[in-house]
Amino acid sequence: MIELNHIYKSFGEHEVLKDIQATFERGKVNFVIGRSGSGKSVMTKCTVGLIEPDRGHVTYDGRDFTAMSVVQRKAIRREIGMLFQGSALFDSMTVEQNVQFPLRMFSDLSDPEIVRRAAECLERVELPDAGARFPSECSGGMQKRVGIARAIAMNPKYLFCDEPNSGLDPQTAIVIDNLILDITREYEMTTVVVSHDMNSVMEASDTIHFVHEGSILWKGDRAGLLQGGVPELEEFVFASDLMRQIRQSPVGRNTNLKP
Amino acid sequence: MTELESIGLQSIGIVALLSIFMGAVICLQTAHQIGGWIPVYTIGFTVRQTMILEFSPTLIPVILAGKVGSNIASQIGTMRVTEQIDALEIMGVNSANYLILPKVIAGVLIIPFLVILSMFLGVGAGAWIGVATGLSPLADFEYGMQVDFRVYDVIYALTKTLVFGFILTSVSAYHGYYADGGALEVGRSSTKAVVWSVVIIMISNLLLTQMLLN
Repeated sequence: MIELNHIYKSFGEHEVLKDIQATFERGKVNFVIGRSGSGKSVMTKCTVGLIEPDRGHVTYDGRDFTAMSVVQRKAIRREIGMLFQGSALFDSMTVEQNVQFPLRMFSDLSDPEIVRRAAECLERVELPDAGARFPSECSGGMQKRVGIARAIAMNPKYLFCDEPNSGLDPQTAIVIDNLILDITREYEMTTVVVSHDMNSVMEASDTIHFVHEGSILWKGDRAGLLQGGVPELEEFVFASDLMRQIRQSPVGRNTNLKP
Repeated sequence: MTELESIGLQSIGIVALLSIFMGAVICLQTAHQIGGWIPVYTIGFTVRQTMILEFSPTLIPVILAGKVGSNIASQIGTMRVTEQIDALEIMGVNSANYLILPKVIAGVLIIPFLVILSMFLGVGAGAWIGVATGLSPLADFEYGMQVDFRVYDVIYALTKTLVFGFILTSVSAYHGYYADGGALEVGRSSTKAVVWSVVIIMISNLLLTQMLLN
């Protein structure tokens, strides 16, 4: 479980995060949603330590990450896997070498074991034959899957996904969503997904945190999201004609959507 | 090894090309200016001194700042803007140590060898053009090369080279590492890396020359 307690962060005069309090549960896919510029990426970066919060505490299963030394943080970071928006694969390495990289850096595994583990991870994301390719030779969806394979190579306890579906077609996006969901269940990880893609939210979320202007305005699940209740959330969720039509349709009414 | 290859072996061509032509041109220019009571062996002496004292140890690193420096800055800068450095940090890798240190070590180790190569090629090219054009007989050129030769000049040159190798790799890596934004910023960081490397190399050249030769 990851807990964010009273996190504040400003850049100059601009206060980006204001008193963020959130709990991301183990074995669940915890979504953080919100408009572009709402502060959700900064919140994630504060959570993993890429940005230092001005105030507040981040705890990983009760361990206060913000109070740790650099060395202690490294130990926690080895329990974290992260899928970046642009995949962030090392472009000078092949797909296989990318997945092997964290194992070579931090595990005590022998070379054949590393090769086997990397192959397992690639198999898990259904890319068993892509190992020899370079990232530039892979499609966007493949790169995301390789990113997931690399993220899970060290059997992480925590998985962060920053906009995992950005730039993907809807079918591939669903594949990635389901992969994240399955892996979370399989590895019993605490998964945090930052997204503004409503399809993903409806496909894969267990819990949802809605960030608006640097604060968490609403927390809940898929059913609660469709019921709305907070004007800013409703504006965000029902921004498209399609979502408004669904809300007014018999299907929407039957799922307790507000008229 | 990859860095040694990237910084060193892949620069041999440009270093050789520039050194050969520069040695030959220095020979021709010196021959053009001497006459009367100035002996012909001055050509060999001038080519040697110019190559050893200034061209090879200073201008070769300046040229490498353009080639290697911009490459380092753009490579690391691209890793920064595509979140590859963030990915390293998330894994618990000290990204500066992992990305910058091998390049600095490779630069400090390999650039002196490039400079030594440049010295030999420049002087050799000077001798060849002098003989080929009839401006300086080989015996005179060889004599000029040996006149008043001091090993300390080579030590001074290689000392400068070590410092310049460190400057061009570290300054370039710094600008790449702190690039922020997109492709435009990576381009800017690459330009800044070259400009600042050259500026710092020139200032260091003045200071080192004052310290080591006076």
